[in-house]
Amino acid sequence: MTATYALRDSTTMLRRDLLHLQRYPGLSLFPIFMPVVLLLLFVYVFGGTLGNGITVGGGRGAYINFLTPGMLLFTVAGAAQITAISVSKDMTEGIIARFKTMRIWRPAVLAGHVFSSLVLTLISLAVTIAVALAIGYDPAAGPVNWLAAVGVLVLLAVALIWLSVAFGLLAKSVETASNMPMFLILLTFLSSSFVPVASMPGALRWFAENQPFTPVTDTVRNLLAGQHFGGAGLKAIVWCLAITAASYLWARYLYNRRPAN
Amino acid sequence: MSLVPLQPRHITRFDWKEAMTNPSSPAITAVDVHKSFGDNVVLDGLDLAVEQGSVFALLGPNGAGKTTIVRILATLLEADHGTIRVAGRDVRAEADAVRAAIGVTGQFSAVDGLLTGAENLALMADLHHLPRSAARGRIAELLERFELTEAADRIAMTYSGGMRRRLDLAMTLIGSPEVIFLDEPSTGLDPSSRRTVWEIVRSLADEGTTVFLTTQYLEEADRLADRVAILDRGRLVAEGSAQELKQRIPGGRIDVRFTDADAQLAGAAALGMPVSDHHSPSLQIPTDGNVATLRRVLRDLDEADVDVVDLAIHTPDLDDVFFALTGRGAHPQESRTEEEVHR
Repeated sequence: MTATYALRDSTTMLRRDLLHLQRYPGLSLFPIFMPVVLLLLFVYVFGGTLGNGITVGGGRGAYINFLTPGMLLFTVAGAAQITAISVSKDMTEGIIARFKTMRIWRPAVLAGHVFSSLVLTLISLAVTIAVALAIGYDPAAGPVNWLAAVGVLVLLAVALIWLSVAFGLLAKSVETASNMPMFLILLTFLSSSFVPVASMPGALRWFAENQPFTPVTDTVRNLLAGQHFGGAGLKAIVWCLAITAASYLWARYLYNRRPAN
Repeated sequence: MSLVPLQPRHITRFDWKEAMTNPSSPAITAVDVHKSFGDNVVLDGLDLAVEQGSVFALLGPNGAGKTTIVRILATLLEADHGTIRVAGRDVRAEADAVRAAIGVTGQFSAVDGLLTGAENLALMADLHHLPRSAARGRIAELLERFELTEAADRIAMTYSGGMRRRLDLAMTLIGSPEVIFLDEPSTGLDPSSRRTVWEIVRSLADEGTTVFLTTQYLEEADRLADRVAILDRGRLVAEGSAQELKQRIPGGRIDVRFTDADAQLAGAAALGMPVSDHHSPSLQIPTDGNVATLRRVLRDLDEADVDVVDLAIHTPDLDDVFFALTGRGAHPQESRTEEEVHR
């Protein structure tokens, strides 16, 4: 029995995980509302001042256009945290032992989490974009650029979700699992998501320029500003694919190694 | 996979080819199984065989390796050494074929707390790739059988311990497994839920399903199992029917308690035996439990006019067997599980 039932079992698991998100709103609403709160905070509290640093005299309007693409990255990173929690919750409960003693396509358990997390991420992105547009975000992008930007965000989401799956498998408890992806959120602050990298001091600037979130933010920002993919685009895609591949292999190893309860 | 639920298995699943080539293939065989976790040797050359359609109870104190052997038989864990076949398939080489034939209810609840009882069963039906219509019937039937119909649409998190265990068992049964593993099926249940679980186990065996269960309750093994094996320090130290095991040890006696030490002496004289217990005025008369011995004891005491305060007949139970075989009692109240020890 190899992949005969791959699609069917993955769909079954996806349905289960989506039901979980629906039944446990305390968990699933967090990544939807957190970016909105932060967006409002940054635009209305800090935005007036920060915008002037982006464009002289630009104010709040300049900042919301700068910030929104970065906020979308933050949204993707925040949703990945839920993945780690859900996976860890599954692994620390008895049900994983049941799944492992059944003749199912074994990776289906993880596939369900990856796809349900992707669904949650897309919902969160849609909400963040809607709120941003409502409070004055004015992107120059046409449909093709929008599609490309969402494509890049999905690539990043897949990468971070697989990484979080590995974290969820690695953690011995759900509490640990929920903390592990926190550094992803920190990384968004240490990138070009919230402020231009050029404004940072020496070593920090070097770090920000060379970590994956900066090229991804820059790519999404360029695309939504109606510009070309740019040099950052290739870098962003390579980063995303590399993280995905490494995380997938790591997660697969952990899943097969870890004895079920 | 049989879609005809709850039919006698020996009719629906008779495989004449296998019967021709292997006339009496046991449902489970394990030969020389070893398993260590680091320096901790858990299984140390375990052998066992379980007949098809029988209930086999593995009895042992906590930490004896019960959960470990279940996990190895159920393909969750690989043995370091040994040959193991379940439902005629090798657990290592044909793990998926084994998985298709077994059902497992572990020590820890394996239900999805966020799904309703019915959804949990539907999840299992989907993972067994049952057709929708067949699944619906099977789910309704299992809910009915396990008295969960009324609670079917409540999420399992709200269930009581007994209901969760029943749902757990129902989930295990949805694919009509040939061999069922139950790891401490009644641990943590109240007496009434325990009785329900016992009835279910017996009825499964009556339908021809092979049941392998572990327990620390001697009464449970005695009540349910056709064969009982005692696991101690990674090996089976005894195996047989509960009756056979009881016969292996000299535990039967008549306990007679007298009013005082004088009566005790008189009684001993009347029965022609020495006083061995100087702390309490009582005598323990060895017996194989037959009525003639009892009648003789009563007559002798009556004729000597000795006052008896109290008389009790003690037949050996599995506790005695356990003690005789391992030199230790079984202590079910020690609740550290093997699982916790291995982590």
